[in-house]
Amino acid sequence: MAVLTYRDALTQALREELQRDDRVFLMGEEVAQYNGAYKVSKGLLDEFGPMRIVDTPITELGFAGVGVGAAMVGLRPIVEFMTWNFALLAIDEVVNVAAKTLYMSGGQFKMPMVFRGPNGAALQLAAQHSQAWESWLAHIPGLKVLTPGTPADAKGLLKSAIRDDNPVVFLEGEMLYNTKGEVPDEEYLIPIGAAELKREGDHCSVITHGKMVLVAMRVADDLAKEGINIDVVDLRTVRPIDVEAISRSVQKTNRAVVLEEGWEICGMGSQVVDFIQRECFDDLDAPVLRVHQEDVPMPYAKNLERAAKPDAGKTVAAIKKVMYLD
Amino acid sequence: MATKVVMEALSPTMEEGRLVKWNKNEGDQVKAGDVLAEVETDKAVMELVARGDGVLRKRLANEGDASPVGTLLAVIANADENIDSIVGSAGAGAAAPAQAAQQAQSGQTAAPNKSVADTRESAGRSPVPQNPAQSQGEASTPPQQKTAAARAPTAPPPPAARPAPPRPPAAPTASRGNGASKADGAGRQRSSPLARRLANERGIQLGGVQGTGPGGRIVRRDVENARAGASAPGVGAGRSAAAERLAREGDYKDVPLTQIRKTIARRLSESNGPIPTFFLTAEFDATRAGEMRNQLKDMGENYKASFNDIVIKAVALALTEHPEVNAHWLNDAIRQFNRVHVAMAVAVEDGLITPVLFDADRMTLWDISARAHDLAKRARERKLLPEEYTGSTFSVSNLGMFGIDQFTAIINPPEAGILAIGGVEEKPVVVDGQLEVRSRMRVTMSCDHRVIDGATGARFLQTVRRYIENPLSLLI
Repeated sequence: MAVLTYRDALTQALREELQRDDRVFLMGEEVAQYNGAYKVSKGLLDEFGPMRIVDTPITELGFAGVGVGAAMVGLRPIVEFMTWNFALLAIDEVVNVAAKTLYMSGGQFKMPMVFRGPNGAALQLAAQHSQAWESWLAHIPGLKVLTPGTPADAKGLLKSAIRDDNPVVFLEGEMLYNTKGEVPDEEYLIPIGAAELKREGDHCSVITHGKMVLVAMRVADDLAKEGINIDVVDLRTVRPIDVEAISRSVQKTNRAVVLEEGWEICGMGSQVVDFIQRECFDDLDAPVLRVHQEDVPMPYAKNLERAAKPDAGKTVAAIKKVMYLD
Repeated sequence: MATKVVMEALSPTMEEGRLVKWNKNEGDQVKAGDVLAEVETDKAVMELVARGDGVLRKRLANEGDASPVGTLLAVIANADENIDSIVGSAGAGAAAPAQAAQQAQSGQTAAPNKSVADTRESAGRSPVPQNPAQSQGEASTPPQQKTAAARAPTAPPPPAARPAPPRPPAAPTASRGNGASKADGAGRQRSSPLARRLANERGIQLGGVQGTGPGGRIVRRDVENARAGASAPGVGAGRSAAAERLAREGDYKDVPLTQIRKTIARRLSESNGPIPTFFLTAEFDATRAGEMRNQLKDMGENYKASFNDIVIKAVALALTEHPEVNAHWLNDAIRQFNRVHVAMAVAVEDGLITPVLFDADRMTLWDISARAHDLAKRARERKLLPEEYTGSTFSVSNLGMFGIDQFTAIINPPEAGILAIGGVEEKPVVVDGQLEVRSRMRVTMSCDHRVIDGATGARFLQTVRRYIENPLSLLI
């Protein structure tokens, strides 16, 4: 297997799907001439031309709407947002149109499209540009929400997203683009809605997704040195959630910590904890704890930003607490 | 902020402590870590240290008073702080000692207690509160200790394998305990859903289980540890060194109960009390052992070994050949150990205690001699640490030095057997048709019939006999 960056894995997925189906096209700010703000579409303009790789004006609501219209008439658009913070301007098209059209047209219009771009905090981009939106988006019936944390998952899930006949929200990460991982050489798809047990242990389940998968894996390595072995359940898709994978793990370990990048109130973790209390009530030996961003707008100051973000230390503390070791 | 000084669980089996001596007077300035008093537990005299800073405002217990764990003994507060409500609650605190004990014995508080409390010799020693079980028989062990030993092997590996993280001795430990018991009001017992399910599946009454989670919550490990301990209340901490010693996988094999074994266990328990015990008596020829002992003595102080040491070594070696005897009864399984930890009963001034020779099979006779001597000496001085008298897999009790030629000892659960050693006597014996004077030693093995059948025990005694009667094998 080749070792690729998350960025290159995404580029491969786009290229393969653009080659496979000529209804697929990519549009967004600076995706063509500039090769993408984060170079995810590098080389695609040269290969597929300006009809398939389309630069748009800085008008999120406008080009999201164009994408929705194109999907309604049978194309398979991929709409790139430079970040999901900017997608707030287009949220009406995502929530009110893309997510509702199949339902409100009585099944006459499918919506085979992908909205993709980086989500969550990078470094010192301050309050408006450091937000993790998956719980907002996962709230909406009619959307599928994918949060790959590794290059292999990014590629396999993006290909599945492009082939799906429903609007799919695809959340990447600025801090993920340069991370590396093994990616299968042959073509593969990763099913939407399937979590993966990324690390096996008996002592505690850590349920997470997206960028926080990397934190969880580091925590697993650190705790293994202390003789504590954790399950790392990578949800990969946060809508629909793989409840069975969560239950299987928690029923084995009897304790869980839910780790996410976003805020506490109505975060993804709230939903995961709800599934756990319903499915695993009699298996729980401790209350489920959550690790998340502190309940404040992201500070700009480096030290405060670090303190506000969920991290390995906070995760370890939560794990020890549910294991009654603290 | 006032700090309550409560009777803490200073040993894993302690239910009650006697205040031997106050080291501080009312009005004295104290800071966290100061020794406030000396407390006599069921096993030793320990220090009770302050968990907070301030003035020792009020002493509520007198020297000589015995108080259940959790009882309010004193109050530390600022000089001008009103402590009436705390002092007034003293009666209520004593009324719910079990709960407070739960707090004090939870894993969180047991660890710091252990780390700050040094065993020390008593200044004014007086009888331990008599434990009913101690009067049952010479070789029995108080039930709390049995339970601690029983629980040790089933402690979940991760917590047991890790030393409890050190904690600063802080006021909240004591005050939180009392706060929680007050908040509980009617004394609702807290337990995790998993603990309730497991208890239900295994037919364990949660009322008899001590919770070690936050606020005394009963969690999985408590139920698992309670399996072998049955319903004896008042035992907590499963994190002792003894637990670590026994918890390691690979050190034992759990043998599932066959139907016939289950039937034997049930029928015999109905007939003969909780532990259906039978006794096997054998007389060994100790002539050669006696000769060897004399030769060793002649070689000098360093080589001396007593009959007791010789028997322990023989028993330890025999146990390695008979894992079915080196076993614990766990109610739903029999745990056969492949390490041999032999407890030896030591009489102390007002009771007895069973310090453990860990891995006795791997010790030389002289190691056993030195170690046994040291353990017995410190046992009599009441200086043993809890981990030194828990975790055994088999026990030996010797009353030979009192001129007893034969007796039966009471099994130390969950162990499956105990060997009672009588004195060595010269007797006329027929050897090859001739009357000879030989040194003879009578031993009686008490066997838990749920674990050991007659023939099993007899074969074990044959092996012990082989070692005792061929004592050079003990030196190899």
